[in-house]
Amino acid sequence: MEMRGRLKKRKKEYNNLAGFAFISPWLLGFLAFTIIPMIVSFYLSFTKYDILTSPQWVGLRNYYMILFKDTTFRHSIKVTFFFAFVSVPIRLIFALFLAVLFNQKRKFVGLYRTIFYIPSIIGGSVAVAVMWRQLFGSSGALNSLLAVLGLNIRMGWVRNPYTAIWTLILLSAWQFGSPMLIFLAGLKQIPVSLYEAAVIDGANWWQKFGRITLPMLSPVIFFNLIMQLISGFMMFTQSYIITEGGPFDRTLVYIMYLFRRAFSFYEMGYACALAWILLVVIAVITLIVFKTAPHWVYYESKGEF
Amino acid sequence: MSFMNSERRKKRLGSVLYHILVLLIGIAMFYPVLWLLSSSFKVEETIFRNSHSLIPWDFTLENYKIGWRGFGGIGFDVFFKNSFIITLISTFGQIFTASATAYGFARIKFKGKAILFALMIATLLLPGQVLMIPQYILFTKLKWIDTFLPLILPRLFAMPFFVFLIYQFIQGIPKELDEAAEIDGCGVYSIFIRIIFPNIKPALITTFIFSFYWTWQDFFGPLLYIQSAGKYPVSLALKLFSDPSSITNWGAMFAMAVLSLLPAFIIFVVFQKHLVEGISTTGMKG
Repeated sequence: MEMRGRLKKRKKEYNNLAGFAFISPWLLGFLAFTIIPMIVSFYLSFTKYDILTSPQWVGLRNYYMILFKDTTFRHSIKVTFFFAFVSVPIRLIFALFLAVLFNQKRKFVGLYRTIFYIPSIIGGSVAVAVMWRQLFGSSGALNSLLAVLGLNIRMGWVRNPYTAIWTLILLSAWQFGSPMLIFLAGLKQIPVSLYEAAVIDGANWWQKFGRITLPMLSPVIFFNLIMQLISGFMMFTQSYIITEGGPFDRTLVYIMYLFRRAFSFYEMGYACALAWILLVVIAVITLIVFKTAPHWVYYESKGEF
Repeated sequence: MSFMNSERRKKRLGSVLYHILVLLIGIAMFYPVLWLLSSSFKVEETIFRNSHSLIPWDFTLENYKIGWRGFGGIGFDVFFKNSFIITLISTFGQIFTASATAYGFARIKFKGKAILFALMIATLLLPGQVLMIPQYILFTKLKWIDTFLPLILPRLFAMPFFVFLIYQFIQGIPKELDEAAEIDGCGVYSIFIRIIFPNIKPALITTFIFSFYWTWQDFFGPLLYIQSAGKYPVSLALKLFSDPSSITNWGAMFAMAVLSLLPAFIIFVVFQKHLVEGISTTGMKG
């Protein structure tokens, strides 16, 4: 009996050690590249720091300047909100539309699903961003296409202050592949019996969609919404390459502004404060979306989330 | 009889309309990609003349030849080599470390596991860009600027996204397998190597695909850390190649853009089944 107890204890110790050994590839990286940088960043956000000279403590000055004096900050917040809250719904509606389209039992749907995912695998690349710039340039394919239709437009959509942001929104909507596949997986989970019962009750397609599909799919919509909003707030590469934040800062998204402060002006402390404010903004928005969930997200088993 | 016929005809009409609709959306969807592809085969002078046309009437490979020469005396062969070095080391390292971590969390009981796991999940939603400044400072102080280290090293440590993906997959493997191996005298290490590793292939393939995409396409990292042209990966080279100040030949630019998409595309064609399943089951990212 005692022998077994000792054996158990030894196994426990062995497991403690083995457990840490196995998770160490994450734990070490987590400490080195997440936790310590976070602490450093938080400290630096209260300093003035240009990398070359040592950081100078300035207290809350950075935060004060950003929140009360910095008009570019306010502007970039506006641009980012506009981008995220316009592009994400468009992307999700499109993804849902295609998911419903490809959830039918027809020839080739498997192939369609695969092919329509392609924009998503290449959409984040520099190659596509560079192509996008030319597509919507003054002598790009869009204007050429419009010319065939008799509309002679000599304007570059990317350079126009009113249309530039829309070229970015379009590119974002174009990458609907992942939410589409997630919606498809969600659609498959909906019991067929629900639709059969609805048909017996004489429901038409729209009623079935509105009363069964949407509510049953709402947890997936919720999940997609949060994930996509966060990535929307992080948009950088496309703006950097396609519009360079311009024209007249019309596409100066938040990360772009942060990048400019940090690596053009070398105001590292200020930029760290910007990063923390962004983190708080994202946390608040996520929280708000979570708070609205009980009003529109339907869970079969209540209370478990 | 005639009722049956009209019903069947209606069904067939619906099917035809369905495929036409998909085709129309598909054309709109893929027009940009096809345009890029066809432009890369057009003679330079004709690219922006009637530029919407998708047919390269005077087909040429000249753009590829010129583009491959690169710029500043460095060819695209160097940029591709750099990209492959960074991407392959990062990706295979990630597969190994992420699966080890996932196994630790999924199968071994140890002190503090619950808290650590919660911490890891919490960082799933943490956007990496928020950490870029302190990381940049760290790598500057270490004098790692203009080396591949800042691009590779952080990716060798298990990333929460992949750990979670593999963790979910391990949960689906019956524990009896581990127990049987344990009775046969296997320790945790050999259970991991001999039982778990061969059984999580689909998750590992998904990890491979996404890690490859993200690393290959990464622009932000190289933009911050790489300075000399000889060390550019394709993404950064392409951006500088396309800068209005340096560009002389758009055809060459398009040709190199097409080539830069090729690896991702090939991986997609080879593994598309796993990919589609992987996203549907883990429901992540993009």
